[in-house]
Amino acid sequence: MALIIFVILAALCAGGVTAMILSRNQAHSALFLVLAFSSLGGIFGLLDAPFAAAVQVLVYAGAIMVLFLFAIMMFNLSQPEPPSRKRVRTVLGLAMAIVLLAELGLAARKALSSPQGPAGLPDARDIGHIGRLLFSDHLYAFEITSLLILAALVGAMALAGRTEGE
Amino acid sequence: MIPSAAFLILAVVLFVLGIVAFLVKRDLLTQFMAVEVMLNAGNLAFLALSKALGRPDGQVVVLFVITVAAAEAVVGLAVIVLVFRQRKTIRTDDLKELRG
Amino acid sequence: MGASVAGLFWVIPLLPGASALVLLVYGRRLPRAWIAWQASGAVFLSLVLSAAAFLDLAGRVAKPDNFLSRTLFAWIVSGSFRTAVSFHFDPLAAVMALVVTGVGFLIHVYSAGYMADDGRLSRYFAFLNLFTFFMLVLVLASDIVLMFVGWEGVGLCSYLLIGFWFERTAAAKAGMKAFVVNRIGDAAFILGILFLLVNVGSGGFGAINAAAGSGSLSPALITLIAILLFVGATGKSAQIPLYIWLPDAMEGPTPVSALIHAATMVTAGVYMVCRLSGLFAASAAASSVVAWVGAITAVLAATMALVQNDIKRVLAYSTISQIGYMFIGCGVGAYSAGLFHLVTHAFFKSLLFLAAGSVIHALGGEQDMRGMGGLKKHLPKTFPVFLIGALAISGVPFLSGFFSKDAILTSAFAGGHIVIYGLGLAGAVLTAFYMFRLIFMTFYGVERAPRAPGHPVHESPPIMTVPLVILAVFSILAGLAGLPVLLGDRANLFGRFLEGVFRPEAHHAVVSTEIVLILAATASALLGIGLAFLFYRRAPGTPASLARSFPGLYRLLVGKYYVDEAYDAVVVRPLVRSSEWVYRHFDLGVVDGALNGTAAAAGSAGRGLNLLQSGLVRDYALAFLLGAILFLGFLLI
Repeated sequence: MALIIFVILAALCAGGVTAMILSRNQAHSALFLVLAFSSLGGIFGLLDAPFAAAVQVLVYAGAIMVLFLFAIMMFNLSQPEPPSRKRVRTVLGLAMAIVLLAELGLAARKALSSPQGPAGLPDARDIGHIGRLLFSDHLYAFEITSLLILAALVGAMALAGRTEGE
Repeated sequence: MIPSAAFLILAVVLFVLGIVAFLVKRDLLTQFMAVEVMLNAGNLAFLALSKALGRPDGQVVVLFVITVAAAEAVVGLAVIVLVFRQRKTIRTDDLKELRG
Repeated sequence: MGASVAGLFWVIPLLPGASALVLLVYGRRLPRAWIAWQASGAVFLSLVLSAAAFLDLAGRVAKPDNFLSRTLFAWIVSGSFRTAVSFHFDPLAAVMALVVTGVGFLIHVYSAGYMADDGRLSRYFAFLNLFTFFMLVLVLASDIVLMFVGWEGVGLCSYLLIGFWFERTAAAKAGMKAFVVNRIGDAAFILGILFLLVNVGSGGFGAINAAAGSGSLSPALITLIAILLFVGATGKSAQIPLYIWLPDAMEGPTPVSALIHAATMVTAGVYMVCRLSGLFAASAAASSVVAWVGAITAVLAATMALVQNDIKRVLAYSTISQIGYMFIGCGVGAYSAGLFHLVTHAFFKSLLFLAAGSVIHALGGEQDMRGMGGLKKHLPKTFPVFLIGALAISGVPFLSGFFSKDAILTSAFAGGHIVIYGLGLAGAVLTAFYMFRLIFMTFYGVERAPRAPGHPVHESPPIMTVPLVILAVFSILAGLAGLPVLLGDRANLFGRFLEGVFRPEAHHAVVSTEIVLILAATASALLGIGLAFLFYRRAPGTPASLARSFPGLYRLLVGKYYVDEAYDAVVVRPLVRSSEWVYRHFDLGVVDGALNGTAAAAGSAGRGLNLLQSGLVRDYALAFLLGAILFLGFLLI
């Protein structure tokens, strides 16, 4: 049962990304990506990470992609892109990507074949557990990340905030 | 039960798709979206291995990654807005000032 | 007192050298009068020292310790080969030093008058002093390496002084020609020096002469070395085949011609042969070469002098011819006779040159004799001394040239070299002829010089005429130093003075033979003068009609036997062309090509690498990807 759900979600995700690549319209691309990220959130759920799933849908699909959509609408780009004249870069890129795919596949196999601890995360459904980890082992990262968000906020406003005469 | 390998393979595929998207597309926005795809693929890989190896730290990392990705998206989009205002285009082929 | 002053003989070269240095560095800031005084004064002091040293030696004639010696410092110390800068004052050096400083001093004084209007006076006197320095180093050196330093140095000064008026192309080219031709001779000279150093182990003259005489060197080697050195001498002393530079050298100022190209530098070759008399005497073949080259040169140069119209060129060819006589003397073993002729020639040839300078000066620069004539009454001081010089060189009895030339010819005859003697006698006739041709064309007859208004033909100032008179006196009296042996053994003061230096002559003529030879010499002189009188005074049309009757011969003589043209075609032009070939292919092609090629390669490599920096984000992304692939691959494998 879970497998079927997984397959559906995986297909949606990969298909979404592929559609994003193939689409000419940026808005369409963004929307396809929203679909992909949402299904990824579902997959996160299958991985016994409910909090991560929730955050993914809320933040990624919900906030970041919306931001992208705002930007797209702001730029108001109507002309579609003319197809590139030279295909060299595309072909080369595709070729190298395939090579990378192979390499990463190999790496993944290696990672899985090494001795593992007990599989499964019994207390992962307990969000408190995550919270406790956040505030103990990963406290520094937690605090610095909050600073980071503040910096990004201020930075974005400084960069793109209205200048005089606009 | 879903084998962990499946998740990892999906993560790898997503990552490579993201790279392909970055190389194929020619406007800044879409390329930026492709970067987000790559980040997500990394998140997926983290979670998959976290479950496979039984360590909850993977989920914590994913939280951080999402947070930082959000911050990065904010700043990145601000920069793109600036570029658009300067040059009235977001086609990367037109932004060639680094040409040696 | 005399001994201690004589002990300072090593200062002799240094005084003119110091003066030269001062003039080279400060010359332009010194007042003109001071320059001439300083330059002449330095040479005069050297003359005084030379005289003192000479007297010191004179008191010890024919004694074994008949020399002074002083080592200044060790120069080359390389393994087992050591050379020091050391000076040596023996009778031979004494004679040369006196000639160089004495005649040199008079010419310095004369130059003060002749070059008075020149803009570069300090340079002139600096070079003149420098020349004197090098010449004195040459004659006082006690080993052949130091002598070679002087040898090269006088060549350099010769080049500098010939091309003194370097704005004139002819002068500049003449200077170069002199230097290059000398260099060719010097190449052989250096080879000779190297052979000597290797086989004798030292460059000291005493060691060389001893080694040659003792039989420790093979006869073939001795001959080879002697001939190599003599080739160098033909360059320096303007003999066949390297004489071609001397006539061109007349482009330089006349006092320079007098000093360098008559009295001193060109005689350096003769000095060298005399200094190495032990070496040359040990090889009959080499001595024979010397004598024959001298004889042929003497006659050939005299024939070329017959048709020259430039007054200085006549004297130049005359110099070449007279040096040939000196080499005849050395070649037949009569070294002191050759040296004696060197001394007398220094007096009357420099006298002739300086007097010619006086004539040129009086005419405002005219050097072509066809533009002269009838100057006898305009130049009352120059004419008599000129005449004395001409008589001396022609070998008219009782003047100095008569005694010296006779000594050489007598020795040649007595040694059995009849043909050489014949050549020498023929040369004497020609010498008298062309000298008096010069006299008659210049001083007698119709005044052909155009009279420029406001520039009357005037006699030279005393600063120029007094040295002339002094030289004339010596030209007359110098013969007394070397009276022929037939008047008694003690009569040849010159020969006696030099006794320790040279091996005594192998052959002596019988008294009766000598008297006949003297009469023959006198007759030849008078014959030459008489023919000149005939051609140029009695029947002035004769030369022209002779030229018409023998056009081929005449053209050959005027063209100087086309030697210069031959050298040009055979040596100079091929050399220039091959140099150009090498230049184009090697210098431009290989050297420049390598350099430019490296630069071009760097440039194209840079441009190639530049393609990587397209400025496009996608390209950089591809580069990232490539790096990631490689890195992952590295990690996985």
